[in-house]
Amino acid sequence: MLTESEKEEIAEEVKRAGHARAACVDALRIVQRRRGWVCDEALREVAALVDMTPAELDSVATFYSLIYRKPVGRHVILLCDSVVCWVMGHETALEHLTRRLGITLGETTADGRFTILPTACLGACDRAPAMMVDEEIHGDLTPEKIDRILEQYR
Amino acid sequence: MVATLHIDGAAYSVKEGQNLLQACLSLGFNLPYFCWHPAMHSVGACRQCAVKQFKDEKDTRGKIIMSCMTPATEGMRISIEDPEARAFRAGVIEALMVNHPHDCPVCDEGGECHLQDMTVMTGHVCRRARVRKRTHRNQDMGPFVNHEMNRCIACYRCVRYYRELAGGRDLDVFGWHHHVYFGRQVDGPLESEFSGNLVEVCPTGVFTDKTLKGHYARKWDLQTAPSVCVHCSLGCNTIPGERYGELRRVRNRFNEEVNGYFLCDRGRYGYEYENSDLRLRHPLRLGAEGPRPIPSAEAVSYVAGLLRNGGRVLGIGSPRASLEGNFALRALVGAGRFFIGWPERERALVTTALRLLREGAIRTPCLREVREADAALALGEDVSNTAPMLAFALRQCAMQRKIKVAAAFGIAPWDSDAVRLVGQDEKSPIFIATPCGTRLDDIATRLWRAAPEEIARLGFAVAKALDPDAPEVPDLSDEAKSSARDIAAALREAERPVVVSGTGAGSPAVLEAAGAVAAALRRLGRNVQLSLVLPECNSAGAALLGGGSLAGALSEVRKGQVDTLIILENDLYRRLNAEAADALLAGVKHLMVLDHLANATTARAEVALPCATFAESEGTLVSQEGRAQRFFAVHPARGEVRESWRWLREIGMAAGQSEMAAWQTTDDLIQTLSQEPGLSGVKEAAPGREFRAAGQKIPRQPHRYSGRTAMGADVSVHEPPPPEDRDSPLAFSMEGYQGQPPAALVPRYWAPGWNSDHALNKFQGEVGGAVRGGPAGVRLIEPAADAPARYAAEIPPPFQPAEGQWLVVALHHVFGSEELSAHTPGVAQLAPRPYLGLSPEDAQRCGVGEGDPVELAVGSSVQQLPARIIPGLPRGLLGLPAGLAGVKVVELPAGGRVRSVTGGPP
Ligand code: SF4
Ligand code: SF4
Ligand code: FES
Repeated sequence: MLTESEKEEIAEEVKRAGHARAACVDALRIVQRRRGWVCDEALREVAALVDMTPAELDSVATFYSLIYRKPVGRHVILLCDSVVCWVMGHETALEHLTRRLGITLGETTADGRFTILPTACLGACDRAPAMMVDEEIHGDLTPEKIDRILEQYR
Repeated sequence: MVATLHIDGAAYSVKEGQNLLQACLSLGFNLPYFCWHPAMHSVGACRQCAVKQFKDEKDTRGKIIMSCMTPATEGMRISIEDPEARAFRAGVIEALMVNHPHDCPVCDEGGECHLQDMTVMTGHVCRRARVRKRTHRNQDMGPFVNHEMNRCIACYRCVRYYRELAGGRDLDVFGWHHHVYFGRQVDGPLESEFSGNLVEVCPTGVFTDKTLKGHYARKWDLQTAPSVCVHCSLGCNTIPGERYGELRRVRNRFNEEVNGYFLCDRGRYGYEYENSDLRLRHPLRLGAEGPRPIPSAEAVSYVAGLLRNGGRVLGIGSPRASLEGNFALRALVGAGRFFIGWPERERALVTTALRLLREGAIRTPCLREVREADAALALGEDVSNTAPMLAFALRQCAMQRKIKVAAAFGIAPWDSDAVRLVGQDEKSPIFIATPCGTRLDDIATRLWRAAPEEIARLGFAVAKALDPDAPEVPDLSDEAKSSARDIAAALREAERPVVVSGTGAGSPAVLEAAGAVAAALRRLGRNVQLSLVLPECNSAGAALLGGGSLAGALSEVRKGQVDTLIILENDLYRRLNAEAADALLAGVKHLMVLDHLANATTARAEVALPCATFAESEGTLVSQEGRAQRFFAVHPARGEVRESWRWLREIGMAAGQSEMAAWQTTDDLIQTLSQEPGLSGVKEAAPGREFRAAGQKIPRQPHRYSGRTAMGADVSVHEPPPPEDRDSPLAFSMEGYQGQPPAALVPRYWAPGWNSDHALNKFQGEVGGAVRGGPAGVRLIEPAADAPARYAAEIPPPFQPAEGQWLVVALHHVFGSEELSAHTPGVAQLAPRPYLGLSPEDAQRCGVGEGDPVELAVGSSVQQLPARIIPGLPRGLLGLPAGLAGVKVVELPAGGRVRSVTGGPP
């Protein structure tokens, strides 16, 4: 069940967009901001608020890699796999993360601390290879640097 | 405008502005494609249709372009055979196949798969990719469509079709990258009544026919023939397929004037009744211990005996039986003693509709013309449930506005994404006034929900707003006046407006009102057309034949004028309430019934004769458009089963009616019936039995038909000669003319290299256009050019909900309301359970909740039903599902009373 405040915020967004459907991504983000991800039940409720069917909204939700349709860890690592990062050592970074955390792309650590997801371009090519943890970008990744970064997120 | 196009050095004339893919295919080139579809046009998504374009004669390098996205222009030079273009296309298909499971041997699409055909066409034969294939979980999508996602090549046709053409909102695409998933949000039956077209639209084996899966045979093992759908009055063209004496599936038969590329699910999946255990297979004679099988000869001579001994006989025909069957019965009993077998009200409705089309100056459109209309008014008829493909056509009509807006920007109508982008939310003006919500409401510019009388009054008011000479509607509310003005304004503006109505609301006034709107537009010199939905597949044919209603038959019986009653393909217990039907049948000494399935009427028959279905016989049906269309036997009838007219002829001959002896074949019968007024066109509906293509018959079995010598080996190891077809130019055999026959005789689509339905491209003059050698079917009704557009006299008074008195209206259901398809398991599964519909306000007033038992009394007929609360149903109206098993028959609309059974009286 969506909370009253979630519903209000979505209604605001719909009003601002002037067209219910146009608010669909924002509506999903409103839910995700509070819950960390978008569950099926919430998706169905949001769909009704933005005048879409669950299928239509889920089509949008699953297209955007930053809308999570499964629970994620407390911190989400988005590892860039675009061409520049790939050339500059994306694979080394991924291998290191995998070894360190015991999970690979699309997985969450058993303690619920981290989830690793791929992303295509963080706009940080000048600092490739790069990753983003929660809202923060980290560039020029080396195994040592990765270790230091991970320590910042509990 | 014609443009000269140079393809690989040779010059061709093509339509200027047409996309190159369509142009090349129309010229007969084999150019592979996936995302393009002749009814959905171009989006340029799959990159499969690449060709090389050269600037001029000197340009030798050229550039790769997508042929489906490029308009043909004068002097353009392209190459299909260019090595780079070929390599590009091979590369695309190799990439598309990376994740494909290569499971053709166990795939239902195998042997008629566009992906197979295109793969072979590009020459991709060897897999180089050494990667793990992605896999998906499949969904249960209900009784009609099977889902096997791993086979997907992500061409996006399915969702484009489902959303844009069918208007469905529960099938979508999920995910991204190479994980895109085409399906529903959760498992469950597809909601659109047009879901079955996915089976043909999907170029791979993702979506396949689930009913076929239940009794599978490959396309090349199916015996097929051109046929016509019997499940509503539109007469969509079909290709049913048979093996081992059983129907296995129904596919679309393209008729650009009728159904185009698509069918509704009732038409595609309704066929399984023909395999039902309820089929009558032997003549039955009712004795003290119930019915027992008797030899055909005994049945014939017994009935003939009844007729011969001066017995007074009466015939009741049927709007679901062919013209041939009805005509034969009429000939047997005599025109004065022949009744169509519909209640008086239905007769009046159908004849009103036909009169409007015949005597007025207004033309009735074919479905293509509805698709191309640019404004529509639907008055009283819930076409989404009574004539699904008409609803489908109206959805395309709604799109016309987008096409027009896009054209102003120089965007070609085939540039599908651009049209949608520029057209945004624009849609053609479509007005819908019905007693209850319909599944077309989403395309309506405006909606009205009202009692039939009010709908009729709205129609008359529109006529008045268009033409001051039209009759005044008394006591019209201001709101109705302004609505009428809005509708009138939009219709007046339109270039090709269409008015849609029908018999579904049970109100002649509604029909007259639709006629009045059309007449008013006509008087303004507008190019208006009037499409009227009728109750059944041959209602129009029955009305053209003439003959009274059941009321007339009953009065003959009451007068004691009937010894023997012969009923043709008609279950009277679906037309009359049980008491009236009992009374009619009890009044006759002898009852003979001919039908396919056992029903309440055959159960009462002293003699019941098993007659052939549409798939076992040849005959003619007249659609609501007045189009006479011939269906051909797909397979020979087995055992004692035979065409109704052949039974009737034998009885007639045995009774001494020697003129019936002349009917050796269907053609002979058609020859006779074509002499009837208004029916002279019937013989033109398809070539007759003498027709030969290059001296040969047209084979119903493909040239790869397998197991012919083995399939009967459990009975005899000797291969029997193929059954002879005396009636048509088609043969129950593999031998015969392998080329393209005339359109009305095309039994399947196949061409070298084209095993899927897309072989149709090779049958069309221009790809997407009419099949060569047409037309298939002939229009019997054209308005007289000089006929005056007249107005009907009576305008009904306003509807006033009265305390304690309700108006009961019929609510139609695409699944469940039609008699024959209801015997198909999948259709039965999707049909609603019996209910009585109430508006939320009325339900509250009566203290009735969803599902509570209520008692409905209409006249002397009383029945208990669970309540269903229907938002949008006007106050004072009750909705009773039409034709649904478990709901008592009442003639609607009618006044009625409702009582909550648990609580006190409302
Ligand atoms: S399911 Fe079929 S139609 Fe849909 S995208 Fe996949 S291959 Fe194309
Ligand atoms: S619209 Fe009518 S005629 Fe066409 S397929 Fe459906 S039921 Fe058959
Ligand atoms: S058919 Fe042209 S890009 Fe798909």
